[in-house]
Amino acid sequence: MYYVVTFALIITMALALTRAILGPSVYDRVLAVNMLGTKTVLLLSVIAFLMGRPDFLDLALAYALINFIGVFAVLEFFRNRAAKQPEEKP
Amino acid sequence: MELFLDIASWILMSLGGVFVFIGGLGALRMPDLYTRMHAAGITDSIAPILIIPGLMLQAGLTLASVKLLAILVFLLLTGPTASNALASAALLAGNRSEQVKSTAVPESEE
Repeated sequence: MYYVVTFALIITMALALTRAILGPSVYDRVLAVNMLGTKTVLLLSVIAFLMGRPDFLDLALAYALINFIGVFAVLEFFRNRAAKQPEEKP
Repeated sequence: MELFLDIASWILMSLGGVFVFIGGLGALRMPDLYTRMHAAGITDSIAPILIIPGLMLQAGLTLASVKLLAILVFLLLTGPTASNALASAALLAGNRSEQVKSTAVPESEE
């Protein structure tokens, strides 16, 4: 019953990966990483039910928290770098 | 009753899967960063709204449903926030997109 969602999520993660590789600007890559993170959360939740292991839900919640903070950390890093050399094209 | 729950959650989760795929495809094919962000925002918002209630129907009234609700609330709170931070960071760094250069965003560096 969960195969449709699992398959769709895995395909979306593959698409996000190709966007990360192709992404011209660095912000496309941050966007792709953010998408990958949230899809991992959803995939973990679905696999928790697929495998019948309810403790995966805690992993999914923890991963959602960390992914959110990670995106902000990366953005902060790029903001400082952009501020140091404003003329550097991203 | 059990069959009804299974069918309902299957429909919800398949719809969520369809929307996730549409969002992922949009993020790949959109011409510009900000339109890609819109497509990625679809996978951040509509997909958890459909997939996680589908799972909650399966879990019934247990602790797992409470955890799923926590995940849903957290994803819905952080998704738009992260997208907003990303968009403002990209805009501040001078990531002017070609289409909107003439109309929306004034050329003067604020």
